[in-house]
Amino acid sequence: MLELQDVVAAYGRTEVLHGVSLTVPAGGATAVVGHNGAGKTSLLRAAVGLLPLRSGRVLLDGEDVSRLRPHQRVRRGIGYVPQGQQSFGQMTTLENLQLVARRDRAAIDEVLDTFPALRDLLGRRAGLLSGGQRQQLSIARTLLTRPRMLILDEPTEGIQPNVVAEIERVVADLTRRGDLSVLLVEQHVGFALRATQEYHVLAAGRVVAHGSTGDHAAADVRAVMAV
Amino acid sequence: MEVFVSQVFTGLSAGAVLLLIAVGLTLTFGQMGVINMAHGEFLMAGAYTAYVVNLVVGDAGLGLLVALPVGFLVGGLLGVVLEASVIRWMYHRPLDTLLVTYGVGLVLQQVARDVFGAPAKDVPSPSWLSGSVPVLGYDFPMARLFLLLLSVACLLAVLALLRRTALGRQVRATVENRDLAETVGISTRRTDRITFFLGSGLAGIAGVALTLLGSTGPTIGASYIVEAFLVVVVGGIGQLKGTVIAAFSIGVLQAFLEYATSGSIAKVVVFLAIVVFLQVRPQGIFAVRTRSLA
Repeated sequence: MLELQDVVAAYGRTEVLHGVSLTVPAGGATAVVGHNGAGKTSLLRAAVGLLPLRSGRVLLDGEDVSRLRPHQRVRRGIGYVPQGQQSFGQMTTLENLQLVARRDRAAIDEVLDTFPALRDLLGRRAGLLSGGQRQQLSIARTLLTRPRMLILDEPTEGIQPNVVAEIERVVADLTRRGDLSVLLVEQHVGFALRATQEYHVLAAGRVVAHGSTGDHAAADVRAVMAV
Repeated sequence: MEVFVSQVFTGLSAGAVLLLIAVGLTLTFGQMGVINMAHGEFLMAGAYTAYVVNLVVGDAGLGLLVALPVGFLVGGLLGVVLEASVIRWMYHRPLDTLLVTYGVGLVLQQVARDVFGAPAKDVPSPSWLSGSVPVLGYDFPMARLFLLLLSVACLLAVLALLRRTALGRQVRATVENRDLAETVGISTRRTDRITFFLGSGLAGIAGVALTLLGSTGPTIGASYIVEAFLVVVVGGIGQLKGTVIAAFSIGVLQAFLEYATSGSIAKVVVFLAIVVFLQVRPQGIFAVRTRSLA
């Protein structure tokens, strides 16, 4: 489904990814974990086209999308929920959704069923929503792009605990849908391993461990990350 | 009282011209961070369009009505050509774009000089815009009233486009967060080009409108561009309501100062007032308010 092959990327002269390879199978869910500064967000930005590749390839269903711009990758089926609960703060919640759904009210109703808390906030400016509400809006807006491959960058980061559970539930449901592949970056290792079938540990821009999220995965990951 | 009202009205109509130019700049400067010094030359192109259309049509009234949409198209197309040929290679290099577009402006001025000659050209005003109309007991020149209404109509059209259409939402999204806009499927390059067309087209309309107030020369745009940028900065970059308030405030302030002193002194005082204002409020009248940094 999504395949990153020997991805090398840099900010200016500073190389941050040194040949990272990973595969997210069709309908599967893969987690990427690692400490701050390991290159997790850079890896996702490279996958969606926000960070140009120095070398390597990004394949979606076998098609090389490395040279496509981010909006073209979105149209091919890559959905991206960026880090930091990003929304268009000057626009209302409804306008944020209409940006993608246009006049398709049924599609908007569908994502509002997933995030019912947003129903009462449709007329409120997104910049005035709480962090948790903005994150729900961010995921809802991304789902409206009808992704086949969903990429989530720390969806529970910096969110009040009562909303974290809600977001974890939605992310876990999405990974179990079967028609959606998920690449999840998450600081919260326990949640990341519960919600996915495979994991990769990233350190200093390299994959240092990977495996299946079985019974001993959490201990294995923590052991690698403690080094 | 009569002097007060007439100066307010003169100031509002001067502000209306500034507004037409500045709305276009707000879109391009606010969205793309491009300091386009050639924006004034799109205004000049609009003014010469009015001159040419008038020659072709031969009727001042019909000529004006035809020149407004044609001026919009000419200004808009010039903007798109500039964006596609020069500016798109220089995003994120504001000082370079400032220098390059200043150079492009000089070239366009020289082209106008070569094509139309150095002497200023007069475009006859339609008969239905001559004379004055009584408003609140005072006589106001029809041409200035038309300018004011045209400016408000263009502003409302831009607002409707930005607030009510899918294209408008895409423009606002791109202004606010370019990367995020790309990741929800918006082609920001296409949006940039459309925005440049709109902004430059509005300058073209302003150029057509200016022919109602005076003659047209190659440097007509250059004389407005600095003030128009000041309107954008004072209003708050990318903030349309701030642009409206700033344009009319500067127009009215200048009208009163010109009445009390002279044109040159009025300009100096207005510039000084803006410098002081920006010291106190560098973000302009309005700034983006949000709970997030996004």
